[in-house]
Amino acid sequence: MAAVTGLEKVRSTQQGGRWRWSVFVLAALYFLVPLGASLWYTVYNAGTGFSLAPYAELLTAEGFAQSLLLSLSLAVATIVLVLLLTLPAMLAVRLAAPRLRPVMEVLCTLPLVVPPITFVVGIGKSLAVGGEVLAPTPFWATLIAIQNPGFPMVLVLAYVVLVLPFVYRSLDAGLRTMDVRTLVEAARNLGASWPYVMFRVIIPNLRSAIASASFLTLALVLGEFTVARLLGYQPFAVWIVTISGSRGQMSVAVSILSLLLIWLLLLVVSSVFGKEKKQ
Amino acid sequence: MRKSKGWLGALPLFVVYALVFGVPAIALLAGAFTSRGEPTLDNMRLSLQGGNLTAIAGSVQVSAVVAVVGAVLGTFLAYAVVTSRSGALRSAVLTASGVLANFGGVPLAFFWVATLGNSGIVSGLFGLPSGVLFTFWGLVIVYLYFSVPMMVLVMAPALDGLKPQWREAAANNGATSWHYWRYVALPVLTPALLGGVVLLFGMAFSAYATAAAMGAGTVVPLVTLKIANALTSDVLIGQENVALALSLDMIVVAGLVMAVYLPLQKRSTRWLQ
Repeated sequence: MAAVTGLEKVRSTQQGGRWRWSVFVLAALYFLVPLGASLWYTVYNAGTGFSLAPYAELLTAEGFAQSLLLSLSLAVATIVLVLLLTLPAMLAVRLAAPRLRPVMEVLCTLPLVVPPITFVVGIGKSLAVGGEVLAPTPFWATLIAIQNPGFPMVLVLAYVVLVLPFVYRSLDAGLRTMDVRTLVEAARNLGASWPYVMFRVIIPNLRSAIASASFLTLALVLGEFTVARLLGYQPFAVWIVTISGSRGQMSVAVSILSLLLIWLLLLVVSSVFGKEKKQ
Repeated sequence: MRKSKGWLGALPLFVVYALVFGVPAIALLAGAFTSRGEPTLDNMRLSLQGGNLTAIAGSVQVSAVVAVVGAVLGTFLAYAVVTSRSGALRSAVLTASGVLANFGGVPLAFFWVATLGNSGIVSGLFGLPSGVLFTFWGLVIVYLYFSVPMMVLVMAPALDGLKPQWREAAANNGATSWHYWRYVALPVLTPALLGGVVLLFGMAFSAYATAAAMGAGTVVPLVTLKIANALTSDVLIGQENVALALSLDMIVVAGLVMAVYLPLQKRSTRWLQ
């Protein structure tokens, strides 16, 4: 009954307000203090005072350009490969084999359940066993080629599996917004070839889903550490850890930049989706 | 004829999947149960003994604490956001949560090393003893940095789904605020809450990069660090297959946790439309 009187109500919202603000202040403290401390850590040094050197030195640091380039090229290769594999598969399942859909869904969710480190352990073991078993066959050369340290294709393959759940969900959401069967049948009836259907009908309709899948993949590959480290390669995230011992300030500077990058990438993803909703 | 060819579009994906995911899974299983070519249960037994068992227990403890604390704090934060009248605050917190929930791995470790590490800014300011970050609770604080935002993302839609009419109906029937939460809101939110707990547990349990970059392994035993050590060091021959067995243990734990999560996720959508 207390809530019926006007006075009680005012008091309770005031209490609610105070409670809410203390939650916000505590959360802001917890989340902003490390950010501020990291920023301060990179620009101020008790010995040399205030300087932006860690950010400037980054560009000329040994291994920086090389590892960043490797990470970026791995990301591009992963995006291309995962789209080339997933898009036709999802269309085929929708159009010709709807029975395979639950199978596909389970397969594309499994990599989320399996901890990445156990996945690497399995890959490492397969590469070792494969090296022994395939030694007398021509496949051995392929196995060695995909482990080339200059461009480790094996990482691209592993990343394709790791990003599969995100790409699948993103494309699935895109495909839900259009009537694939009608579009494809209409185009085919008008004499369009399959590649034409793919590039002029399906992909233009899926532009935002493909964009968000690509950005998620980019973010994941650029930050990926576990698989690369344990298979012995040195893309960007592994490089940061190797220099962190000798150049602590620089490693923190890179961390701040990568937080900014994640924020930017998510901003792009959400604005792409926002545009789609408006249309 | 088109029908029989149609599924071929899915073939490349299935082939790559079988090679890249299926073969390692089989290699893992086979390796976990063999030693020097002989089938054996020794690896599995070793993986559940001594330091290995301590590491598994350590990982489960850290993940459980992170999951429960993160779920409680994240829910409070989400509730504060959802009930606030400021749209700008709401979108700011939700965007920040989206960014921070994805901000794990190596950069997260360096953020906290710069803050609470031995030469960190905050530890210097308050004169904290060295090594304060490299403890059980230090690791929990670091992991909460992505777990709390994740919980906010999980709970915000669920809390948005609580209809004001339910509260009014409860009040009209004489329910107090406590009654409302205990008998109406909490039961409706339970699936989302438990789903969130499981998600946070899974994230913390499989996290490796953050702990490795911090160098936390010396103080807090974690199964991911144990596996990485067994793989990269060649001190003991046959240790590699124990790493495979440890991985299998991890998958079993993660699988059990997921088996709880998936049905719950389906249930939570029933009430919150």
